[in-house]
Amino acid sequence: MIREWFKTGAPWVWLNAAAVSLSLIMVFGLLALIAIRGLGHFWPADVASIAYVEKANEQPITLVGEMVDQQVLKPELAKAAGYTPEQAAAGLTQYLVKIGNRDIGGLDFRWLLGKDIKQTEYPENLMVLERREWGNFYGYLEAIKEEGNVVAQGAQAWVILAERMERTLDIFERIKDIEKGEIGTINYQLERLRLKERKLELEDKLDAQAKQNLASEKAEFEKAYQALQANLADLNQKIRRDSLVAKVANGQEVEISLEKIVLYYRPNAMGLFQKIGHYFAKVGLFLSEEPREANTEGGVFPAIFGTVMMVMIMAVIVTPFGVIAAVYMREYAKQGILTRIIRIAVNNLAGVPSIVYGVFGLGFFVYILGGNIDSLFFPEALPAPTYGTPGMFWASLTLALLTLPVVIVATEEGLSRVPKSIREGSLALGATKAETLWLTVLPMASPAMMTGLILAVARAAGEVAPLMLVGVVKLAPTLPLDGNFPFMHLDRKFMHLGFHIYDVGFQSPNVEAARPLVYATSLLLVMVIISLNLFAVSIRNHLREKYKALEN
Amino acid sequence: MSSEPVRTHAIDMSAIAQKNQPNKGMNETSIQIQNLNLFYGEKQALHGINMEIPKKQVTAYIGPSGCGKSTLLRCINRMNDLVDSARIEGKINIEGKDIYQPGVDVAELRRHVGMVFQKPNPFPKSIYENVAYGLRIQGINDRRILDEAVEKSLRGAAIWDEVKDRLQDNALGISGGQQQRLVIARAIAIEPTILLLDEPSSALDPISSLKIEELINELKETYTIVIVTHNMQQAARVSDFTAFMYMGDLIEFGDTNTIFTNPEKKQTEDYITGRYG
Repeated sequence: MIREWFKTGAPWVWLNAAAVSLSLIMVFGLLALIAIRGLGHFWPADVASIAYVEKANEQPITLVGEMVDQQVLKPELAKAAGYTPEQAAAGLTQYLVKIGNRDIGGLDFRWLLGKDIKQTEYPENLMVLERREWGNFYGYLEAIKEEGNVVAQGAQAWVILAERMERTLDIFERIKDIEKGEIGTINYQLERLRLKERKLELEDKLDAQAKQNLASEKAEFEKAYQALQANLADLNQKIRRDSLVAKVANGQEVEISLEKIVLYYRPNAMGLFQKIGHYFAKVGLFLSEEPREANTEGGVFPAIFGTVMMVMIMAVIVTPFGVIAAVYMREYAKQGILTRIIRIAVNNLAGVPSIVYGVFGLGFFVYILGGNIDSLFFPEALPAPTYGTPGMFWASLTLALLTLPVVIVATEEGLSRVPKSIREGSLALGATKAETLWLTVLPMASPAMMTGLILAVARAAGEVAPLMLVGVVKLAPTLPLDGNFPFMHLDRKFMHLGFHIYDVGFQSPNVEAARPLVYATSLLLVMVIISLNLFAVSIRNHLREKYKALEN
Repeated sequence: MSSEPVRTHAIDMSAIAQKNQPNKGMNETSIQIQNLNLFYGEKQALHGINMEIPKKQVTAYIGPSGCGKSTLLRCINRMNDLVDSARIEGKINIEGKDIYQPGVDVAELRRHVGMVFQKPNPFPKSIYENVAYGLRIQGINDRRILDEAVEKSLRGAAIWDEVKDRLQDNALGISGGQQQRLVIARAIAIEPTILLLDEPSSALDPISSLKIEELINELKETYTIVIVTHNMQQAARVSDFTAFMYMGDLIEFGDTNTIFTNPEKKQTEDYITGRYG
């Protein structure tokens, strides 16, 4: 029976199918896990008011917070914690509650034992504040103050809060614009002037005339700066005007300045649609904002930007390099033992651990190349390095090196697949070898080049280890692309989603708060890579359609 | 056509036999092959070939597979240069000039000696761009000139009526027979003087094959044609002269009628009557 079954070939088919299903399950399982853990982070969960017996035989205290997680204590652990065997055997559930108010209680999260929770309710007027510092705040809104005087209380306070918050956020945006934009530009220009002066000094051309010119330019910037500074002081004065008074769980009253608040809402009073709206607003903020509080709050925009820009610069560098190398190896080089050795070497390069590329990038690109570039082209900035320090360009170049083998191999594959008859057809029409390459062979191999690029992008976007050595940082104050000439600042350090995940997850002081962010950022990184790939795939399919190779 | 007598040689290894008085006349020699030897590495593929191919006539190479007829054809436009291991001795003179002289511009040579291959090999471009390819390489990008040349060549290859409404379509979308005529159009667009056809209809169905043959008959008014064919009937139908090759030797070369009706060599006769090959 069994033997016959084996003879039919069915087991082999089953084995193949099982392997495919297993791969699919693993891929989708992974995506589902990070999606569920990550996406839940933005949902405005209900906030509970919990009556909790902290110490036996005492009055229960009131705690306010979000139920984040729950688990059943194992009997051994329960026993170790001092519970009787009966209690332990009954199964002790404990809950992780995010109580926020780090500035008051010192702790963001608390584990509560299920049996000690006397009562749980969800009061509608419970308010959640997302703050620029100290994490979330949970409490009840009492009053709104202007210049220290109460202007609204009770239900009226909510109406007033809405309009005051709008004003405050508006002023906050303006302050940020001035600080980052205009003052940033002036600082940049002043630095350029300083470098210009230093350069003239080094070249011995700093005469009285030049000095005067520089001084007058500088004075102009200083004047503009003073004006902005005055404006800023005024705005800072204005933004501090309003504050709110809130009561926390234990009855204590707290005053919070409105400038510290990012978002305020009452989750228990929200309907489903309001919650959905809030959810997408928060996802939007996550994608477009800069990180706050050691990256554990706020958004990841600089990291997305850095990742995408780095991958694109890498693609721009690696594609011509790889293609030219492949063309030489396949079309011009004599196919002998040497070419074969080179080909094997190139293939093996793909297997070198990426951190090794990082070390090479730091040692060669950054220190040697960058150091020489600095002493040749930027002597005025020394001893502060310009290119002699890790940065966007070196990171892209290192990754280009890392992905070069993939592009070379894929392109060679594509070139070898262009039929000999097509080349001969072109040559027979009086085309030279170079013309044949440019007009016929390369276009026909272009889908293969795109395949190489797709693989390169997939590998590069997910790479973290080498980047830590050649340009990625935890927090970059400026983007590598801005409005100041020359717009692309490839010498700057940048943020990267992969490194961000590592940093938030393992270098953060607030582990519980960071955990969902790790998943959300991972999901985002996967999405970024997928969309970069889809973009490349769509180009490739277009090319494939265009240069469909000869059938039969 | 003039009635001047032909000086055609049919030379075997001992290089003696000479044919007199061919039936058809012609004016002059286009390609003169002198004592041509070709080696692939150590192996010799052509042995001392001597022949003179007449102008504006169709010359057919016949012989069993692997006899060197394609190799010989590909010597005429130096296509064998692409084979790393190939080494050539001897001379080929086209219009009196030795094409294996050092300093000969091979691309220039190939513009004068067009070639059509066994399998249709259109580029994955539009029909129009396929035909304009050779001209664009010469730097001709004037739309008017190109339009004219494309139409003329497509008409010359008897395919204009079939494709005139879809010149911008991909050339890979037309049938094999049409592709082969398109490739011929592409070859004649650059106005060569000689056209080499390497088994041009072996990959085609009988009707397409017939069309190609008709086309060859028309083209010989303008071009010197050398055709390699497996198909004896085709050689008899289209060619004015026939060369029979065997194992890298030119066994017999002469007027097609004579070769097919009254060959001098036993080997030729055996092959033509189907006793081997």
